[in-house]
Amino acid sequence: MEQPSRPSRRPLGSLVLIAAVLGGSAAAFAYTGGWLSPERLSRERVVASLGPPGGPAPGHRRNHTKGICFTGSFEANGAGAALSRAPMLAAGSYPVIGRFNLASSVLAQPDGAARVRGLSLSITGPDGSEWRTGMLSAPVFPVSGVDAFYALQMAVRSKEPGAMQAFAAAHPEIAGFGGWAGSAPWTGSYAEESYNALNAFIFTDAEGRGHAVRWSVRPEAVPVPVPKEQIAAKPPDFLGDEIKARLAARPVRWRMTVTEAGPGDPVADPSKAWPEGRRTLEVGTLTVQAIQEEADGPCRDINYDPTVLPPGMRPSADPFPAARSSAYALSYERRAAEAAAYPRTAPGGRP
Amino acid sequence: MTAARFSPVQRLLHWLMAACILAMLFIGVGMVSTISPRYLALVSIHKPLGIAILLLALLRLGLRLRRGAPPLPAGLPAAMKLAAHLSHVALYGLMIAMPLLGWAMLSAEGYPIVLWQGLRLPPILPQDIGAYALLRQAHGLLGYAFFAVILAHLGAALFHALVRRDGVFAAMAPVAGRAEE
Repeated sequence: MEQPSRPSRRPLGSLVLIAAVLGGSAAAFAYTGGWLSPERLSRERVVASLGPPGGPAPGHRRNHTKGICFTGSFEANGAGAALSRAPMLAAGSYPVIGRFNLASSVLAQPDGAARVRGLSLSITGPDGSEWRTGMLSAPVFPVSGVDAFYALQMAVRSKEPGAMQAFAAAHPEIAGFGGWAGSAPWTGSYAEESYNALNAFIFTDAEGRGHAVRWSVRPEAVPVPVPKEQIAAKPPDFLGDEIKARLAARPVRWRMTVTEAGPGDPVADPSKAWPEGRRTLEVGTLTVQAIQEEADGPCRDINYDPTVLPPGMRPSADPFPAARSSAYALSYERRAAEAAAYPRTAPGGRP
Repeated sequence: MTAARFSPVQRLLHWLMAACILAMLFIGVGMVSTISPRYLALVSIHKPLGIAILLLALLRLGLRLRRGAPPLPAGLPAAMKLAAHLSHVALYGLMIAMPLLGWAMLSAEGYPIVLWQGLRLPPILPQDIGAYALLRQAHGLLGYAFFAVILAHLGAALFHALVRRDGVFAAMAPVAGRAEE
């Protein structure tokens, strides 16, 4: 070495300094990782709050656990290009991998017991970009914020008398969802439901202008109200059986609409509907062509993360897409690690 | 004869990457802990920064293989020399492996790898949830290991600079220290 070493004669101070630097760095890392603030609402806590009493079903999604896959297409009529330059809103036909599901974390949930039904889509554009969305049959979300969502899970699962009443008093926005759940007719088919992306997103058009929007799909089939008691008496998998039988006769379709927020509409709050009469464009038709059991179906290993968006779409001030993305990533990580507990049933059953 | 210090380009790369990698590790551990809107912002930095680190690490490895490193002081105990050598192998390995694991993990998930609007990386593995599970676990565990190796590296650098004062720190210091003046 060119220069001789000149060791410190009093190294204690230096050693203390080194220990302080290393300790401080480790503490900053631990703080960032949330280990020093267990009261913070982590995704682990949110995902754990969803679990049914017996624990989650290994290898399955942590919520919307029971579902069935489908394949189909989205035929865009081109009208959506006025709002977004997303490639799958330009006129054309784009492949879809989707999933009908129940809004419940119970794998054995009887189809007739789930008040809210879900529809998830992955639409792939010609450039390979993807639009993933998870929609619900409810017209509004029960709560306006992520903390309230966690509190709702706690209240629903609480054994304390009056927990739900206390929750509703603290979160009056739940009245919108509650009103729908209590009065909207039940139907006997996934094909007779409307599904709503309750979260708002920002569409960017070809000129670079942003538009706050929510989208929905509305069924071509006419909804036939069925009394709740009749629905509850049906076999546990009747929705899956019904959609298979229906598809054997003909494809099942929905019209997709995109609604633009007006000035001052609550973009960040999915518990609030936007007023009637907002500019709504019909942007295309969703066609379901074939159903697959989830165990061997192409939807099985898809994480329907609502922040997987093509160019021309991005999240808005609505806090839920970020929270869902974070929680879904943990759900996916957990079920991936348990994949052996949910084997495929058909040899070579991979999509 | 080998120079007493790393070349200016090697030193620039070292300190630039130090900042990038530390930011990356804090973003990584922070993003998996949060459910707030910051999550999306952190993830959107994590991916392009990871690819930038991969490219810089490959460039740096090439320079290291071509130009080598200043020799360690003759009087350094053999155990410390071995530790220095092994920790540098670990650092290079992690700088290259971590971005590749992240890229491979998202590929196995079938998740689009968007670096920024309109720029997507192709998958480097077919969709396979079993492979995803292993890669995800490796990416997380090696991330913690990476931070631990960096703490050891930092501790050793400060030990050379403040206690041994043997020129090892000066070899990588951003500006020449008093020893060389």
